[in-house]
Amino acid sequence: MIVFDGVTKRYPGGTVAVDNLSLVAPNGKITVLVGPSGCGKTTSLRMVNRMIRPTSGTITLDGRDTARMKESDLRRGMGYVIQHAGLFPHRTVLENIGTVPRLLGWDRRRTDARAHELMEQVGLDEVFASRYPSQLSGGQQQRVGVARALAADPPVLLMDEPFSAVDPVVREQLQDEFLRLQDELGKTILFVTHDIDEAIKLGDQIAVLRVGGVLAQLADPAYLLNHPVDDFVADFVGRDRGYRALSFQPTPRLPLRPERTLLIGETTQGVAQDWALVVDDANHPLGWVEPRRVTGEIRSEMLHRGGTVARASGPLRGALDAALSSPSRRGVIVDDSGSLVGTVQAHEVLNAIEEAARPEVADPTNPGAPAR
Amino acid sequence: MTWFLDHVQDVLDLAVQHVYLAGLPLVIGLLLALPLGWLARRYPGLYTPFTAGFGLLYTIPSLALFILLPGILGTRILDRSNVLVAMTVYTVALLVRTVADALGAVPDDVKQAATAMGFTRFRRFFAVELPLAVPVIAAGMRVAAVSNVSIVSVAAVIGIPQLGLLFTDGFARSFYDPIVVGLAACFVLALAFDLVILAVARLLTPWQRAGGAS
Repeated sequence: MIVFDGVTKRYPGGTVAVDNLSLVAPNGKITVLVGPSGCGKTTSLRMVNRMIRPTSGTITLDGRDTARMKESDLRRGMGYVIQHAGLFPHRTVLENIGTVPRLLGWDRRRTDARAHELMEQVGLDEVFASRYPSQLSGGQQQRVGVARALAADPPVLLMDEPFSAVDPVVREQLQDEFLRLQDELGKTILFVTHDIDEAIKLGDQIAVLRVGGVLAQLADPAYLLNHPVDDFVADFVGRDRGYRALSFQPTPRLPLRPERTLLIGETTQGVAQDWALVVDDANHPLGWVEPRRVTGEIRSEMLHRGGTVARASGPLRGALDAALSSPSRRGVIVDDSGSLVGTVQAHEVLNAIEEAARPEVADPTNPGAPAR
Repeated sequence: MTWFLDHVQDVLDLAVQHVYLAGLPLVIGLLLALPLGWLARRYPGLYTPFTAGFGLLYTIPSLALFILLPGILGTRILDRSNVLVAMTVYTVALLVRTVADALGAVPDDVKQAATAMGFTRFRRFFAVELPLAVPVIAAGMRVAAVSNVSIVSVAAVIGIPQLGLLFTDGFARSFYDPIVVGLAACFVLALAFDLVILAVARLLTPWQRAGGAS
């Protein structure tokens, strides 16, 4: 558990980067610090491993004051990932990953074994082991960065915009893998980003900071989207927050309709509907066809693939999006194995949303206050 | 050519002396320039005085230095250590700025990452900064090596034996063969120094030859 208690960083000349920050990053959870540039989020992160020293206030790690710990020991006990990975260009991937274990005095064999294990864990092929960082793509470098941070199995990870410098597709992939990894590892993570979508996707709790290093709001993502404390947070959280908040609402039991399905190679004779759903042998949805415009057998390239597919056990956002994006206006719902269970229409999803409870406000006089 | 063939052994002996007088200061000079260059980076206030100040030493005429040093060091005028010290001064003069700039060119995020990983300042220098500074330092070393090979020959004027003796000898006798041989030998030596430095730098930087992202 990382606890900020009244932490302030004031630079000579009077600039205040972080102003009286009090915050608890609970064990095993991802706490995201988010805010515009100049909000002191990176400064806050760097005060945890004392790359930057607070002017006043204390930061404790599992109850121990970090100011009283030896800096190198403190840092070796925390994984650290930065934007461009900050890999050592003169060391191979394997050596990069083994950095902290070597600093801790592990022997070569144990370090290498651990590094290989981590490469597998973060999804890096063995062939990269002996390559240098310049031979890797940005996404691969970032994986090495994560592996390096995890090498000595530290309980705490500090991550400073680790996925910002890669293209959106790779970023999403890295985020998904990061969440999967965190499910396995359960680290205590402090994560800095300027991207509110990333914060909402990754955070168990989100601390929104405003310029000048003042904590504006600390809440879990759903609460933040539903109850921003003020205009600043509301603006920062973004316009379509109502829609995005649906990501955190589980789908209730929807009135699913059975759907007439067809297979590739079948003809559409005798199908009366405007749209028919095509599935594969395992009943996995492939796309829609318009029977009256199809003559002969259905071929793969005839399918309309615009509709998204939602899991029945997923959030409401998925179900609504499936309905909205479907060419037939019927949203495709599948079970966890991806098999079709039925379709649903947008108004039915909206009914479900109407009936679902909004996150409870703890303090009606101050809805943005953190729920306790 | 006949003169050279008659004096091969003499020329080789002088060349060995030349290598010693130019090469040893190159190594000592580098060892001195490393901490000085590091200090110039560590304390930004020192950068300008250090690089400008040590750079100025290079402007001291070599002959003057060869003659003045015995008075300062208390050595005899014919002592070879005068030349070694003088050449070390020139090497340091050239390399302090090189080392400071080489260390300065190490990417900041790499240094930050090293610190965050728990490297102590001392360990970070040897494990991260110095290896990454090798290409730039090597470039400076090549300049210093050529400069040393050239300047050492002036020591012939005060009678320290090395290839420069061929010039004073040829000049005294108005006989050009030794001068031509001396020039060629200096050229070959400078080239040899250059190749050795290149080879060492290559050995130390396998990562530089790794191709880009595939």
